[in-house]
Amino acid sequence: MQDNVKNADTKLIMSPAPHVSDQDSVPKIMFGVVIALIPTLLASLYFFRLNALRLVVISVAACAITEWAFQKLRGKPITLYDGSAIVTGMLLAFNLPPTLPGWMAAVGGVVAMGLGKHVFGGLGHNPFNPALIGRAFLLASFPAAMITWTSPIDGLSTVTPLVQLQMGRISATYWDMLIGNTGGCIGETSALAILIGGLYLLYKRYIDWRIPVGYLGTVAVIALAFGQDPVFHWLAGGLMLGAVFMATDMVTTPLTRKGKWLFGIGAGIILMVIRQWGSYPEGVTYSILLMNAFTPLLDRITRPRPYGEVKVHA
Amino acid sequence: MSTARTFRGGIHPVGYKELTSGKAIVTMPAPAEVIVPLKQHVGAPCQPLVKKGDVVNKGQKIGDSDEFIAAPVHAPVSGVVKAIQPCKEPHGAIVQAVVIENDGEERLDPSIKPHPDLSQLDAEAIKNIVREAGIVGLGGATFPTHAKLSPPRDKKIEALIINGCECEPYLTCDHRLMVEEPERVVFGTRALMKALGIEKAFIGIETNKPDAIAALEKASAEYPGIEVIPVAYKYPQGSERQLITTITGKQVPANGLPMDVGIVVNNVETAAAVQAAIETGMPLIERVVTVSGEGVKDPQNLLVRIGTPIGEVIAAAGGFSGTPKQVIIGGPLTGVAQSDMLVTVTKCNTGILVFNELKKTNKPEPCIRCGRCVDACPSYLMPSTLANLSDFGKFDQAVEMGLLACVECGSCSYVCPAHRFLLQSILVAKQEVESELYKKTC
Repeated sequence: MQDNVKNADTKLIMSPAPHVSDQDSVPKIMFGVVIALIPTLLASLYFFRLNALRLVVISVAACAITEWAFQKLRGKPITLYDGSAIVTGMLLAFNLPPTLPGWMAAVGGVVAMGLGKHVFGGLGHNPFNPALIGRAFLLASFPAAMITWTSPIDGLSTVTPLVQLQMGRISATYWDMLIGNTGGCIGETSALAILIGGLYLLYKRYIDWRIPVGYLGTVAVIALAFGQDPVFHWLAGGLMLGAVFMATDMVTTPLTRKGKWLFGIGAGIILMVIRQWGSYPEGVTYSILLMNAFTPLLDRITRPRPYGEVKVHA
Repeated sequence: MSTARTFRGGIHPVGYKELTSGKAIVTMPAPAEVIVPLKQHVGAPCQPLVKKGDVVNKGQKIGDSDEFIAAPVHAPVSGVVKAIQPCKEPHGAIVQAVVIENDGEERLDPSIKPHPDLSQLDAEAIKNIVREAGIVGLGGATFPTHAKLSPPRDKKIEALIINGCECEPYLTCDHRLMVEEPERVVFGTRALMKALGIEKAFIGIETNKPDAIAALEKASAEYPGIEVIPVAYKYPQGSERQLITTITGKQVPANGLPMDVGIVVNNVETAAAVQAAIETGMPLIERVVTVSGEGVKDPQNLLVRIGTPIGEVIAAAGGFSGTPKQVIIGGPLTGVAQSDMLVTVTKCNTGILVFNELKKTNKPEPCIRCGRCVDACPSYLMPSTLANLSDFGKFDQAVEMGLLACVECGSCSYVCPAHRFLLQSILVAKQEVESELYKKTC
């Protein structure tokens, strides 16, 4: 027995406490998001057919190659295994109109990964949502191509429900908007598919419910105040995709619970300002990017009071 | 039970308590040789009172200090002092230790005699017995108990909390003690109440130990001042500050002590040690140790003499099962990994865990700002931010953000999906700040 005990000495591993950890990991979270995006992927493939397939493949490939190239150039370890490039690639593709030329999607992917993420130091260091940086870049660079809409399945020229709202003639039904049978970006039209993925993310605790609830709730309140239909606003445009998958991105949103509430509410206000008064019918991209910029501030002003710190009566 | 009181934050690690929670405490035979470190407590080290070649009796005081924050150590066996030499203690420090060769006679020291009935002891007498018995916080913190019982005059103590939470996974030593000897815990509680001159005590026990709750409710039924409080099963419920908040709703000031909110907290095993010191006169020379983990053949709770090498304790639990990768003294969340099987059981030793594989990855990835550490922190800090500030040497800013409220529970590191060494970074800042404070005050 003594020998048995002594033998152990040389093989024991010293490491700091805690000696146990939760089983989750960054790749598990990222691939969890990929799984949550599958219903949306299927809906986009159903409604926009080969266009959807083309955009998703190009966008994911552009993101992955850009990540690889940046890390190679900087002499850093290649971290494609963590799945974050796939998430960004899919989200960017879902934010593109079906007929966008492939090379533009590729440019979007390079910008999303390069300017959106790796110039800041890679995963975890980017202040803005990379996929939305890619989309914002494309919107500014190719405005015409980015607002050319085709109808699902038959691919005829059409307009999105939000453009219909601007023109004062809404023809899309709730049902069409719920399942995704309207004009729009390939991944934003099917609110139902997005919600299924969102429920999965909530179940896995990969997103915090406070942001989507704050975002959608604020939109509804403002819509009601303007005498508009809140359900229409929820289902139209990229709000559902943004509220579930983009505004909940861990890296670019506040750490604190209060900060998450404020983030969602702020994004809702900005979105409705753009939808009511902006010349552009949709504002999800900018509402989230602007709130991303506020994230450090929100973290600072919502910092919880540490245990045992005396309340200061100012 | 579903409405058991609790605190905000914390984590729910898998317990693995069933490995040992159903097994009665077994007394381990005294080893042939004990190595007794002269510092087994927070505070000043003891000076040896014996020299090489001396014959010592079981329970004889072999080390003491003139400092107030210190606790004497006693010979766990009768025998001959073989050497007084440096040895490694569980936290890795090198301290002087008395090595005693056991003569197997179990010859009791003449100084050991039962003290009169509790009703005839006054507060000072109880404090003195506690000090002379070398009793320290047996939950692992090892703060000398007599010092806790002597608050400054301006601090009014209102209640005693006896900590029976045992929130760390694997550990069941407190659980078994509460189930098997609840009357000892209650006696010790009464003695501690008397030493503090108070009428109120709470015994906090997590709801995953219904048998311990029932045993203590029964044993304390005739003492209206003692109330058993079932508290939620959550880590770190057994952290002093968190338990105070759970039971009283009060928060201990960040740079203060529990006595600042009128509370003194002691572990259940400490209470039992006080009972032994009073009713049998026996100083603290043994304690219950949970030996568990899949790397141990026969996981169990052993009553072990202080100074027994951990290798022998593992052997007494059937030895290793498979090839051990990690041996930990304490619980898996706050314990210390060991490399040397000759490190001995000291007063802090709640458990010895043997794992055949690492239970976490030690490869950190970038922080993805998920905020789980913020939600888990029972001190309401932002651990990832504090760790960043520490890594960049911005210790003052870390203090502004509440650094010193950290209780070092490790919940942040536990939940981190990027496996970052959050606690270690925070500890670096704490040590730096505390040593600076120390320099300034000296």
